[in-house]
Amino acid sequence: MRYTAEEIVEVHRMLSEEQLDIRSVTLSVNTLFAIAGNLEATLKRLESLGGTLERFVKAVDEVSGKYGIRIVTKRVAVSPIQFFLESLSEEDGPEIAEFLDGLAQEYKIDYISGYSAFADRGFTNGALRVIKTFAEALNSTRRLTGMINAASTVAGMNFEAIKLYVDEVFRMPPTSSSRATIMANVPPDSPFVPSAHHGLGMPEATINVAVSGPGVIESAIRRSRPKTLQELHDVIKRAAFKVTRLGELIGRKVAERMGIDFTTVDLSLAPSPAVGDSVAGIIEAMGISRMGGHGSLAALAVLMDAVKKGGAMATSAVGGLSGAFIPVSEDSVMAERALEGYVDFYTLIALSAVCNTGVDMVAVSKSQGKEKVVGLIADVLALGITLNKTLGVRVIPVDSPPGSYVDLGGLLGRVIVMKLKDVDVSGFVSLAGYVPSTLKRLELG
Amino acid sequence: MENAVIVVVGADKPGIVAGIASKLAENNANIIDISQTVVRGIFAMVMVVDISECKVSLAELRRQLQEKGKELGVEVQAYHEEVFRYMERV
Repeated sequence: MRYTAEEIVEVHRMLSEEQLDIRSVTLSVNTLFAIAGNLEATLKRLESLGGTLERFVKAVDEVSGKYGIRIVTKRVAVSPIQFFLESLSEEDGPEIAEFLDGLAQEYKIDYISGYSAFADRGFTNGALRVIKTFAEALNSTRRLTGMINAASTVAGMNFEAIKLYVDEVFRMPPTSSSRATIMANVPPDSPFVPSAHHGLGMPEATINVAVSGPGVIESAIRRSRPKTLQELHDVIKRAAFKVTRLGELIGRKVAERMGIDFTTVDLSLAPSPAVGDSVAGIIEAMGISRMGGHGSLAALAVLMDAVKKGGAMATSAVGGLSGAFIPVSEDSVMAERALEGYVDFYTLIALSAVCNTGVDMVAVSKSQGKEKVVGLIADVLALGITLNKTLGVRVIPVDSPPGSYVDLGGLLGRVIVMKLKDVDVSGFVSLAGYVPSTLKRLELG
Repeated sequence: MENAVIVVVGADKPGIVAGIASKLAENNANIIDISQTVVRGIFAMVMVVDISECKVSLAELRRQLQEKGKELGVEVQAYHEEVFRYMERV
């Protein structure tokens, strides 16, 4: 036999018991062809997307059936709406949002992403129109997601964008705010929502893939019981290689069927609320008995370095966030540790400095006010522009008090309401303007 | 040649190989190799099957095999061989 029975059973175990699957196949497609002087003409042109979506869904279903691999979600990333709204009115934004949402529903696309704008240093008219209609657009849709890129290493950080963003998410129920994010250095090729959008410099259409494989890494560590850090690193690297290869295979095959480019595999491990599908579970398998304990950062640094090295060998098409992607609510162990108090905002921010992708899927109590949330977002984005990293914040404002949780169900899981520090920061966050780009900018020339 | 890999997991008992093999024959899928192993006390049978002349798609073959597996009280999964080439070979 070309493969040993052990090899075959190993792959079968990963796919059946260790929750290895494809989190998302994301079609990223240019929609700028639809820009027209008025709303009616724009929507008319966008209608032609239907054929592409139909072929995409068919290709994903066929590949899943042929290879016997579970593909959890199908997503579509479109060009940022900002560009449409440059020449349209503010009221047209939510109309386009509803239209895209309808397309997603009609073709059974789980999420359509791109109600997005870039406002790193200031606002164009289009960016301002997107941000001012953010709540309205997301509250009137179910499958649409959006992102504001409010900071970048090259342009600095726009405080005004952060403040407007917080105003908007405070007007959203959790079902909407879980589809919104604010970012620093957003990549143009992410398969993950809400940050996914068809970025500049991309071809007409591409396939980007996200793999979900924390369970495979955790099991590999628990089975091999490494005695040294080098052994631990090696075990993770080998498992990450296999996980990433699955993403590479599925991405290539879907792209081949559609006759378009395969662009990226996102190396992020992507947890889900299922038991045994947790990134925090990996850290605990490494010997930190409760995620958040001292040593967690070092453990995460080892984990992600090994994941990146294994992943780099598995695909030449690395892209997206490719960090430790830990939406707190979507990771069952992480959610538990947050409830127990082992993981707080400062733990998440510290983890972001190593390789976490920011503060993701954490609720804040509206009773603590907007200013502290502005401060929290500024902290994370400042880290992004200082370390030249992609980082984001997805907070869920709720009425419940800190220490409680809201169950969103499904992939989104239990959202923990974390306590913001009870310190008045109004003097700082009320400062107008933008933070100039840091010295990091000068290293780029 | 296009191959699929069939994995059958469950308690060992007479008739499993015959049951799965007959379903494969019905669909003109040719068994190339077969081996058995015990993983953590559970019986696992692995078959490599040539599906280039198979009458149905791999998705449909998998559905039929899983239905048969239910009758036999075992769990059946069918993958395309490429999954193993990608994941187990550099």
